[in-house]
Amino acid sequence: MHINMKKATKYIVVLAVLVSFMSCQKNSRPNYQYMPNMYESIGYEAYQESDAFANGVEAQLPAEGSIPRGDFMPFEIENTNEGYAFAKANLTSPLDSTQVDYDRAGPLYGIYCGICHGNKGDGKGKLVQREKILGVPSYADVGRAITEGSIYHTLYYGKNTMGSYANQLNEEERWQVVAYVQKLKADLEK
Amino acid sequence: MKKPYQSLEDNPTYNMKQVIYCSLTSKIFSLCLVLLLSFSTSLIAQEGDPVNGKSLFNSNCAACHKLDKPMTGPALRNVEARLADEQGLDRTWINAWIRNSSSLIKSGDAYAVKIYNEYNQTAMTAFPQLSDQDISDMLAYTAAPAPEPVVAPVAEGGPVQEGGVSNDLILGALALLFALLAIALVLVNRTLNRFAEAKDIKVVTEQEKRTPLWKAFVQNQFLVLVTAIIFLLASGYFVYGYFMQVGVDQGYEPVQPIHYSHRIHAGDNGIDCKYCHSSARVSKTSGIPSLNVCMNCHKSISEVAPETLAEGTDYGVDYNAEIQKLYDAVGWDGTGYTGDSKPVKWIRIHNLPDFAYFNHSQHVEVGGIECQTCHGPVEEMEIMYQHSPLTMGWCINCHRETNVKVKDNDYYTKIHEELSKKYGVEELTVAQMGGLECGKCHY
Ligand code: HEC
Ligand code: HEC
Ligand code: HEC
Ligand code: HEC
Ligand code: HEC
Ligand code: HEC
Ligand code: HEC
Repeated sequence: MHINMKKATKYIVVLAVLVSFMSCQKNSRPNYQYMPNMYESIGYEAYQESDAFANGVEAQLPAEGSIPRGDFMPFEIENTNEGYAFAKANLTSPLDSTQVDYDRAGPLYGIYCGICHGNKGDGKGKLVQREKILGVPSYADVGRAITEGSIYHTLYYGKNTMGSYANQLNEEERWQVVAYVQKLKADLEK
Repeated sequence: MKKPYQSLEDNPTYNMKQVIYCSLTSKIFSLCLVLLLSFSTSLIAQEGDPVNGKSLFNSNCAACHKLDKPMTGPALRNVEARLADEQGLDRTWINAWIRNSSSLIKSGDAYAVKIYNEYNQTAMTAFPQLSDQDISDMLAYTAAPAPEPVVAPVAEGGPVQEGGVSNDLILGALALLFALLAIALVLVNRTLNRFAEAKDIKVVTEQEKRTPLWKAFVQNQFLVLVTAIIFLLASGYFVYGYFMQVGVDQGYEPVQPIHYSHRIHAGDNGIDCKYCHSSARVSKTSGIPSLNVCMNCHKSISEVAPETLAEGTDYGVDYNAEIQKLYDAVGWDGTGYTGDSKPVKWIRIHNLPDFAYFNHSQHVEVGGIECQTCHGPVEEMEIMYQHSPLTMGWCINCHRETNVKVKDNDYYTKIHEELSKKYGVEELTVAQMGGLECGKCHY
């Protein structure tokens, strides 16, 4: 009987060791790899750390004044009240009516604007309804009387608490969204 | 009027934390709280009685209106103030609307027509029976400040803690029981042995007559062979399993520098994945949003709502402190940028080896696959983890099973026709289109 009990404890110890091996993999640490040098890229991957730059990350802003390839038009209107007023009065869309594609613009609007402005543009998006963000206007707001140019300016630079969407949408997409906002405004005013 | 009410509510909650241990004081406190609250509500009642208003509201209006969320009709919290501020409409308009909204709409009242159209021309029931006093009672109810559920977590804290203690107690008791049993066994064994010794019975000699079990086992070669095979197979199975999971990070869940919750952002608040991961639409990487994207909202949201904060205690985080970390990183002092920013070092979770190529826009835009198919229930994740194994078998399986989306895609018309003729099928899978060729993923 004594011996048996000792045996039992031995078995238990062995079992415990086995179990602890199995639950060894911690989820807050990555797993082991066979050949790390084939897994990890020598070239930079997006958002990697890097000592080559002062702030220690690979992702950098383009140098001041750099221009992307392709047919790129710099946006020369400034981020000031005068710039806003100028855009409101003079800036018009480069897209003609055949190029405007509501099927593409609608989903883009839904992703980037609808969360605050509402899918109908009435200023009652989900965040507003949940009272997380307040003061979002309806596009039909008479006092604002938004125009193509002012919408683009707002989208490009932001306005007061609204941020800029220039880095999420490219130039053509921005004008598509502007056209869609104009459509919503017209629908609201009906 | 509002001030003392709020500070009263703040105080007891603060104190109550300590009071948990002393339920008597807490009872007195809550009694005081109830008294004070009823006192403060009775002050409101000078204008309209919110208690009566509540019951009227619940019986007449709650079918279509909530206070804080639009349902069939608009949310009605502070509706009187809202209509007065935004539309310049007074009590007479509201009375007229509630008693008979459709006649107001027919009369061509601008706002009535607008709100009617906004709600898809849903007609609101007419309530000609309601008196002026009834309506002012209901409006007083809608004007009451939103309840602050700060008290709740503290009150909940008590029972939860008790539960924890009692669980521990049960476990402790069980452990004690086992220990007692073990001791009893040993004692019984000893006394039995002693009896045996005393009576001169030789317990051991009896065993010597039989061959011990292990000797019998060793002598039986067949049994030894079978056991050895079983043992080898089993250990082979485990070793294989162990080696196969090396390099697979399914379930990997690192601690991020900012406790960022997809549950709150993508789930509760319904923010679209591509709002933040915008490059998934157009490029290989899906990317982590740069901090200016966060600031589009967090310029306005510097603190979470008390309900959200209370949820945070369940996860053991202080959400407001996490937002403060975001502010420190972008260098935002509450009104403007200080220019003193430092990058947030998010820890990458999903990562294919260098020799495999995966492209997001190919799958998300062209293939039309939902993010959740590969990344799991992201909108429920408080902390992001890797849902899929990301092994080659996983990629290949899906390519074998998924059909290519050819509708509205001119690029595929010709090749789809030719290939479906070749394979004699209606719908092509990705595999049949060449999604199993090594070079597509390894280059
Ligand atoms: C995070 C919430 C939020 C999102 C998302 C958002 N906006 Fe806004 N928007 C606002 C707020 C707040 C204002 C009011 C700004 C002010 O104070 O004038 C505003 C104002 C506007 C205006 C009126 C500006 C004027 O000239 O008075 C336009 C036009 C507009 N937004 C368009 C857009 C478009 C297009 C998008 C999508 C790309 C978008 N918004 C996304 C919050 C948002
Ligand atoms: C059958 C559903 C229904 C019931 C019941 C109902 N409402 Fe409405 N109510 C609506 C709808 C829908 C609207 C939006 C306008 C429209 O479509 O007629 C609305 C609009 C309103 C508005 C205008 C809100 C605004 O933002 O302009 C007020 C005020 C209002 N309701 C008060 C009440 C009150 C008070 C009661 C209870 C006595 C009540 N309603 C019961 C459906 C209802
Ligand atoms: C408000 C911005 C925001 C939204 C909306 C959002 N995310 Fe994220 N996402 C982040 C941030 C910040 C991280 C990095 C921190 C982390 O891993 O938790 C991240 C990380 C991830 C990761 C892990 C990346 C890695 O390191 O491997 C995945 C996968 C992901 N998000 C998928 C989604 C999906 C799917 C949705 C939509 C249901 C979504 N996200 C919505 C901001 C957002
Ligand atoms: C479209 C709007 C929006 C964007 C963009 C956004 N947030 Fe939030 N954030 C919210 C809302 C809404 C809440 C919840 C507030 C509440 O419940 O009161 C929140 C809460 C938080 C919290 C506290 C809860 C938690 O998740 O721990 C943190 C931290 C936070 N956000 C960080 C970020 C970071 C980092 C980013 C950028 C990757 C970001 N947010 C982008 C709207 C946004
Ligand atoms: C077909 C499966 C699949 C779908 C659909 C998918 N992902 Fe991924 N995702 C992956 C894989 C695989 C990786 C690892 C990529 C790598 O390491 O190169 C990844 C990586 C990521 C990362 C980490 C950073 C990066 O860019 O590599 C984020 C963030 C992410 N996905 C977000 C999303 C979002 C948001 C969506 C939906 C718009 C989405 N994913 C749809 C499979 C998928
Ligand atoms: C949820 C299903 C799914 C998973 C998982 C998946 N794919 Fe795909 N993949 C698709 C579909 C659907 C397409 C076809 C897209 C199209 O062109 O319409 C595709 C196409 C591709 C292509 C282009 C094939 C061609 O013929 O041009 C590559 C390369 C690819 N996937 C790589 C990967 C890799 C690498 C993984 C694993 C990390 C992966 N995929 C996981 C569904 C999936
Ligand atoms: C749909 C994309 C895809 C195709 C097609 C594909 N692979 Fe892979 N392969 C992968 C991915 C993803 C991995 C990385 C798996 C991991 O990290 O566990 C991988 C890993 C490998 C590995 C290394 C094994 C390991 O676990 O490290 C080898 C070898 C390999 N593939 C060979 C091939 C060969 C040979 C073919 C052609 C018959 C092929 N692959 C076709 C996606 C693909």
